[in-house]
Amino acid sequence: MSDHDASCSGGCTRRTVMKAAGATLGAAAFAKAIAPLTEWKPAESVDAFLQKHYKELSEAEMAVIITRLEAEAKAQHGVAVHITDPKPEEGVQFAYALNLSVCIGCRRCAEACHVENNHDRASHNSYIRVFEMEQGSLDLAKGSASYDHPVPQPGKYYMPVQCHHCDNAPCTKVCPVEATWKEKDGIVVVDYNWCIGCRYCEAACPYHARRFNWQKPEIPAAEITTEQGYLSNRVRPQGVMEKCTFCLHRTRSGRLPACLEACPTGARVFGNLADPASEIRWVLENKRVFILKEDLGTRPRFFYFFSK
Amino acid sequence: MASSPARSATARARRWPVAASAGCVLLIALLALAAAEPPLATPVAPAGGSASAGATRAPHPTIYRTPAAAPRVATGERDHQGQPVTIACSTCHAVRPANPANRGSGDLDLFHQGLLVQHGSNACLSCHNPGDYDRLRLADGSAVEFTEVMTLCAQCHGPQWRDYQRGAHGGMAGFWDQQRGGRVRNTCTSCHDPHAPKYRGAIPMPPPKDRFVAPGAGHE
Ligand code: HEC
Ligand code: HEC
Ligand code: HEC
Ligand code: HEC
Repeated sequence: MSDHDASCSGGCTRRTVMKAAGATLGAAAFAKAIAPLTEWKPAESVDAFLQKHYKELSEAEMAVIITRLEAEAKAQHGVAVHITDPKPEEGVQFAYALNLSVCIGCRRCAEACHVENNHDRASHNSYIRVFEMEQGSLDLAKGSASYDHPVPQPGKYYMPVQCHHCDNAPCTKVCPVEATWKEKDGIVVVDYNWCIGCRYCEAACPYHARRFNWQKPEIPAAEITTEQGYLSNRVRPQGVMEKCTFCLHRTRSGRLPACLEACPTGARVFGNLADPASEIRWVLENKRVFILKEDLGTRPRFFYFFSK
Repeated sequence: MASSPARSATARARRWPVAASAGCVLLIALLALAAAEPPLATPVAPAGGSASAGATRAPHPTIYRTPAAAPRVATGERDHQGQPVTIACSTCHAVRPANPANRGSGDLDLFHQGLLVQHGSNACLSCHNPGDYDRLRLADGSAVEFTEVMTLCAQCHGPQWRDYQRGAHGGMAGFWDQQRGGRVRNTCTSCHDPHAPKYRGAIPMPPPKDRFVAPGAGHE
């Protein structure tokens, strides 16, 4: 892996390495040579493999990639999807807050995430994990995310945990190929076409918010959410990391995240920190707010609060 | 509170025992940005846009899931089209003097038997209008339509009403940015039965089947 530890400053490693080698070897031979790193599969097109780093792509290049991805989705899942690549907007800084006094642990948020973000049906995966916690404890290790009884139980409270979109994100720093980064509006993203699946980021995340695609997600065609974002809910390839993206395919066009809309208790508040009149600002300024694992200095964009 | 938001944030954080002081930095930084904090006590009408943003900033409306009309009582009869026949509350109550001695579930033996009222110490006529049973009433005696039920709840639950107006209680759907689209919001009674308002529990959706969710496996 040492080759990949070089930073992206002189052009991103994966691409540079590939281009140089690709010039002398055929792409297939090259792919085989670095297979331990990327596990390039013949199923993946050479175009996909040779794709530039996200940040270097022009609009026209992205359009080509999207067309290719839409065609692949049609071929692999039998469904016409619409992929867009919405960009961060000027004057928008996203943040999320969750009211622990009100949450009852019903997991409707996790379910909505599962559907919205095209998660693998068999693993029932979701970017949100809801912990049933002992009242008075903040230790996630003592919480249970596998509870399966009516909620709320006496003596318990419920803490949904998802990507905290940290301003000082440990996960993005450990990525050897810069396949994950923080965008200008605060959202931490993963380029699934750039990720090499080393899972360093998963280990670095103190919130257990990152997931690895052990398998290619299997979803019946009729259940696929077809409005997709390149950096968010498009169906992920096998062997890459994924995580909550604050539903950027929705939120960057002004809509609320799927988990918020699904919450039957009204525990979730989302919005633009840069807008002094926003709901999220009001909560942060007026409620008793706490930050999970605040001592780690991750500076999350995800907050917990209490009614009183 | 408006005069020194940063100080109050610190105070709040201190009250929370686990909040380490260092991490308040973000909050304080945010709050420092909040030079133009919106007035907090301003009553915001529920109609016409995001409660916090005010109607002027919100070209797209907020639609409230208010009850369509006053409740009615089913007679058990059907009309010639097979529709159930219902009658207004006033059908009976216009000819019955209101009885303030009927305060709770246990007092009902002639009609409305079995109606469960479990709502603090409220009596029927804390909310129902003895002069007009097709309406509700506030403590000062003024009438409130059933469709405006939130005004009634707000009278006794100021903190939740304020939170609701600020988008921090009661949930919403639609757009965070009302420049780009509208919102739908619940009424208090979408979630709370006015007679027994304690929020009901739920059967949770099934847990994920990944290997992190075993009890005690929070840290893998
Ligand atoms: C079929 C006739 C009938 C209808 C229709 C009816 N009520 Fe009543 N209601 C009664 C009777 C009879 C009592 C007295 C019950 C008792 O004393 O046991 C009563 C009692 C009450 C009381 C307790 C206070 C009092 O004056 O006794 C309230 C409040 C009330 N009704 C509300 C309503 C509302 C609201 C509706 C419409 C949804 C309604 N009622 C419709 C017959 C009716
Ligand atoms: C906290 C306020 C409050 C109190 C106290 C209260 N009600 Fe109600 N009641 C309401 C509201 C609001 C509605 C309308 C519910 C709706 O829109 O469906 C209602 C609806 C009703 C209805 C028609 C719908 C139904 O649930 O059957 C009856 C009958 C009724 N109330 C009777 C009573 C009686 C009798 C009492 C006292 C034992 C009482 N209420 C106490 C607020 C109250
Ligand atoms: C006349 C005053 C009054 C009105 C009107 C009123 N409430 Fe209440 N409410 C109370 C009181 C008193 C309690 C009990 C508080 C306590 O136990 O500490 C209460 C309790 C509650 C609770 C907590 C219940 C629990 O067991 O945890 C909820 C939720 C609630 N009210 C919702 C509503 C809603 C919704 C409305 C409007 C339909 C409403 N209230 C109207 C006085 C009122
Ligand atoms: C989206 C559903 C929803 C709506 C809409 C809603 N609430 Fe609630 N409310 C809740 C939940 C969930 C709780 C917490 C229940 C619990 O204690 O487990 C709660 C708690 C409360 C409590 C009890 C607070 C306490 O500390 O015990 C009151 C009072 C209350 N709500 C009033 C209102 C009023 C007034 C409105 C309308 C302005 C309203 N609610 C709208 C879901 C809702």
